[in-house]
Amino acid sequence: MMYTKSRSFFLLLILLSASFTHAKEEEKTQTIQEEITEYIYHHVQDSHDFSLFSTKDEETGKKKYYGFPLPVILIDEGIKIFMSSKLDHGKKVVESSGKFYKLDHGKIYETNSEGYISYNDDGKITNAMPLDLSITKSVFSIFLVSLLMFFLFTSLAKSYKENNLIAKGAGRFFEPIVILIRDEIAIPSIGEEKHKRYMAFLLTVFFFIWFLNLLGLSPLGVNVTGNIAVTFGLALITFLITNLTANKTYWKHIFWMPGVPVWLKPLLAPIELLGVFIKPFSLMIRLYANILAGHIVLYSLIGLIFIFKNLVGSSLSLVLVFFISMIEILVALLQAYIFTLLSALYFGFAVQEEDH
Amino acid sequence: MEIPKIVGAGLVIIGTGIGIGLIGRGAMDAIGRQPDASNKILVAAIVIAALVEGIAFAALFAVN
Repeated sequence: MMYTKSRSFFLLLILLSASFTHAKEEEKTQTIQEEITEYIYHHVQDSHDFSLFSTKDEETGKKKYYGFPLPVILIDEGIKIFMSSKLDHGKKVVESSGKFYKLDHGKIYETNSEGYISYNDDGKITNAMPLDLSITKSVFSIFLVSLLMFFLFTSLAKSYKENNLIAKGAGRFFEPIVILIRDEIAIPSIGEEKHKRYMAFLLTVFFFIWFLNLLGLSPLGVNVTGNIAVTFGLALITFLITNLTANKTYWKHIFWMPGVPVWLKPLLAPIELLGVFIKPFSLMIRLYANILAGHIVLYSLIGLIFIFKNLVGSSLSLVLVFFISMIEILVALLQAYIFTLLSALYFGFAVQEEDH
Repeated sequence: MEIPKIVGAGLVIIGTGIGIGLIGRGAMDAIGRQPDASNKILVAAIVIAALVEGIAFAALFAVN
């Protein structure tokens, strides 16, 4: 009995010491993990300046950013415009016509001249926030892609006019895609005679999402379609087009479903009405979550290199990153396709005639 | 003992994984039977897979 007791005590001691050393080790890796997590969160969030990469000074521990600043536009008793380099990644307080602003975790707060930021009991910042209409990284990328699309497709249209409607140059690449969207998405879901009205939106949204997804995979490191505000805007346009162009049959199917018993009709109406909002909501979540998850997975796999710190782990991580990147290129196209396809289906529901 | 939220999310993702697998199997079977209709089948399969996938993402984001 005594023997077992002392043995169990000994075992406990070993276990405790083991868990202690384990905890110590974990603390060390935790800091690397925390740093990686911080990097990932920093990446997936929108920022006020376009920093391509940053280096850390070993002696002073200060971070140095490489990139270019973007304009900050604040509406707070008048419009205030200054470059984001003045904010210096939250290290400096900016004075603009009598008011002081400071950047904290990607958001601009109003502070006093020392840059004091007050927290409430939950650790939330209680400082006032001005209305922020800055040209952020995402907005800048959207402008970039919009300009690219504008010049690309207007020049394509011009080249079609000059060459007797024969594709030339980049048109040879884009023509099959445009035809695919018309013949495989728009006509089957909306119908032969009504699809033309929606083609402009479908093509625009397809190329916009596709280009932004691909830009997100480039080393520029922007995350635009993985931002819920952007996908909300896109889904809102689909929602508005669906409901503003809808005909009588569509509304009849929502509020007074034909072909079901009368007592069921009032029960179906709220569900159908909910569906009107759920459809664009699912569009928003799908695109946002897919792209965000892709970015987080890629960054985490790259982060594995710094956790393993040996040849085997790093090569494994490299191979994984390569294959996930290939899948992400496919996902970039697939998500644009699905968004377009589902939008077209919703438009199709909205303009369906009563003949079935 | 309280089960961590992430376990629930994992279960949901296993479920959606099985679901998407079944969709793929169904689509492949259908294409095997009707190779001519492969375009239509693939489009339908992708749409349904996208809808199922949404549940997995909802679970993932409910955890965070």
